Amino acid sequence: MALVLTEEQSMLRDSARGLISDKAPVSHLRSLRDSKDPTGFSKEFWHSFAEMGFAGLLVPEEFGGSGLGFMEAGIVMEEIGRTLMPSPFLATSVVAASALNRGGDAAQKSEYLPKVSNGSLLATLAIDEGAKHRPLQTNLRAVRAGDGFKLSGAKALVVDGHVADLFIVAARSAGSAGERDGLTLFLVNPKAKGVAIERTIMVDAHNAARIELSNVEVNADSVLGEVDHAAALLDGVLDIGRGAVAAEMVGLSDEVFNRTVEYLKNRKQFGKLIGEFQALQHRAAELYVDIEITRAATMKALQALDADVTKAASAVAVAKARAGTTATRAVQEGVQMHGGMGMTDQFDIGFFMKRARVCEELFGDANYHTEQLAKARGY
Amino acid sequence: MTDSKTSETETADLETFRSETRVWLEANCPPEMRKPATSDTDVFWGGRNAKFASEPQRIWFERMRDKGWTVPDWPKEYGGGGLSAAEHKVLRAEMGRIGARPPLSSFGIWMLGPALLKYGNEAQKKEHLPKIAAGLIRWCQGYSEPNAGSDLASLQTRAESDGDDFVITGSKIWTSYANYADWIFCLVRTDSAAKKHDGISFILFDMTSKGVTTKPILLISGYSPFCETFFDGVRVPKSHVVGTVNRGWDVAKYLLQHERAMISGMGERGVGRPLGQIAADSVGTDPQGKLDDSMLRGRIASFDVDEAALAACAERAVDLAKAGQAHPAFSSAMKYYGTELNKRRYEILMSAGGVDALEWESERSRQGARPRAWLRTKANSIEGGTTEVMLGIVAKRILDLPGA
Repeated sequence: MALVLTEEQSMLRDSARGLISDKAPVSHLRSLRDSKDPTGFSKEFWHSFAEMGFAGLLVPEEFGGSGLGFMEAGIVMEEIGRTLMPSPFLATSVVAASALNRGGDAAQKSEYLPKVSNGSLLATLAIDEGAKHRPLQTNLRAVRAGDGFKLSGAKALVVDGHVADLFIVAARSAGSAGERDGLTLFLVNPKAKGVAIERTIMVDAHNAARIELSNVEVNADSVLGEVDHAAALLDGVLDIGRGAVAAEMVGLSDEVFNRTVEYLKNRKQFGKLIGEFQALQHRAAELYVDIEITRAATMKALQALDADVTKAASAVAVAKARAGTTATRAVQEGVQMHGGMGMTDQFDIGFFMKRARVCEELFGDANYHTEQLAKARGY
Repeated sequence: MTDSKTSETETADLETFRSETRVWLEANCPPEMRKPATSDTDVFWGGRNAKFASEPQRIWFERMRDKGWTVPDWPKEYGGGGLSAAEHKVLRAEMGRIGARPPLSSFGIWMLGPALLKYGNEAQKKEHLPKIAAGLIRWCQGYSEPNAGSDLASLQTRAESDGDDFVITGSKIWTSYANYADWIFCLVRTDSAAKKHDGISFILFDMTSKGVTTKPILLISGYSPFCETFFDGVRVPKSHVVGTVNRGWDVAKYLLQHERAMISGMGERGVGRPLGQIAADSVGTDPQGKLDDSMLRGRIASFDVDEAALAACAERAVDLAKAGQAHPAFSSAMKYYGTELNKRRYEILMSAGGVDALEWESERSRQGARPRAWLRTKANSIEGGTTEVMLGIVAKRILDLPGA
């Protein structure tokens, strides 16, 4: 498989770019932030997104989706990264849709996937508990009670947590924190008794919440996948999320870079365009190369996911690790090269810096994924 | 992808090619040729005076040559394999799968061949390409001069018109393996009145011509892979100019793109034992099997991330070129990153090896193979255009930044 977009994929990119840059430029995020919008994204826009087939992009056609692959999801994520559009696409259409599609039984799929496709259901994975992404450290307890379970514990960085219609909660049903065995995924209604949700306004003005479960009762039908053996399902779903976030970070990095290079070509100091200074030229060139390499690594990871989700771990680790270091460098250089302007809220570049920081923590930062690669290679 | 049936047939054909290639390689690649080359004698360079280091090396070379697979994607009429881009990619992947070495290494394959295919006339292609493919002639590159390094276009070696010949006088430096080469592709100044880029010609001649001498340069590695090369009134027929007289800079730049692609490949030679395991042998591991030097482990892991990402980018660069979407200066980007990465690899290897990597003359160290290779890599970011020149090219030609 060539690492270039096919004609169909280029068309998808163009239509996503057209829609997103037209309806949700960075000013869209800014106004949602400034008005303290209670939803945190535009429902109206989400519906038109769904009508174009994006909400159900990964959902099989039999459930009303487009039945496309992770490469295509990455293409949309990259465009989202260019304007920092807040939307349920990552949490619902990529991560939750994949969890339901890969782990769900026939009844669960036919109940939820059509609603994901038509944009009427918002779902999200609740995984992180501590300050850092450590899936195996999951310690939210699931205790058997009658035919079902009672869930107790807390989750952080639950994307869209305050507006979601469905939580997919990773819980420990056996063993102890750190172990691979003993993890179970549960479908939890956010309105169920014992669920407390706190919207957390984050640095990037995107949606997130902390949730706390106190003896929340769920029945046996709420188990997604196998009891105690969710680790493999979770690995795949998280890798899909990581590939998608890496693609968002590529889009974000590329956009910051383009804006910065434009600035270098227009800003004058000492009677020259600052882009004439070799000190800045070389830094810009290094950053360009970093972004191109990370773009290729991310495409490679998305292709690997399309080929076989269960064999994509190393390619995904490389992509997410690279995306983290590259985006961090891109936004830092972006602010520095814009000088004082880069420090102002009025100027958009800061929004990119803030979003990059959140993307870096989502589903594991560069250190986490570099460590994963070292472990996979046995040293 | 306009006709899905056609693309299905193509995919099926490609899979047939893959399985046939796999079977052929299994049957024909000697086991000794499935290990990475560890020294220069493991590499077969061809040429009039070529000697095979071993019988498996000879067998492997001859079998691949007979299929045209020393240059798989060159046209068959010039000694190549005539493979399509997709087939070539499959062949590389299948060779990579079993760790097969390239059967023939040569500047003729990597540098001159592509330039001749694009700029050479039919007589030149017919004369030179088959001999490159068959490893009969070993080429060297006459580019840099003592006063024309990064500023290559300021070169001063003169070629004066004399009837049907040019008479060449001057000197080159950093000529790789000039003392072993049979022929040279050389940049000479054919018009000293013109602007510096406009008076250069690209010319080919035999290194046994009267007036050519070479003198190896001893490097910090203790090796002499480079020479000073002197031309004292060397007479060369004008028909040996490739492309148009005084337009040699176009050929030179095109060839440099291939040279840079070749050098950048050094950073992604993910063959042989992984760095993490090499390091484990010398620094040891803790009870969990982790390297017993957490900082070194981190450096290796970061290196591995970057190396894997660069490999993806190299693959993408080839795919983009095939799709006609590549930026012509992208090889400069790859050259910069690949060489810096290769220097990192050897810094890690030296650090991992510790005291053992310091021995310069002993059987144990294979005559200091590692420290000599480490020192050799320092030239990677200088030869073929320095890192700073590469970044300048990216800044100007790809990013279109202003100035100079």
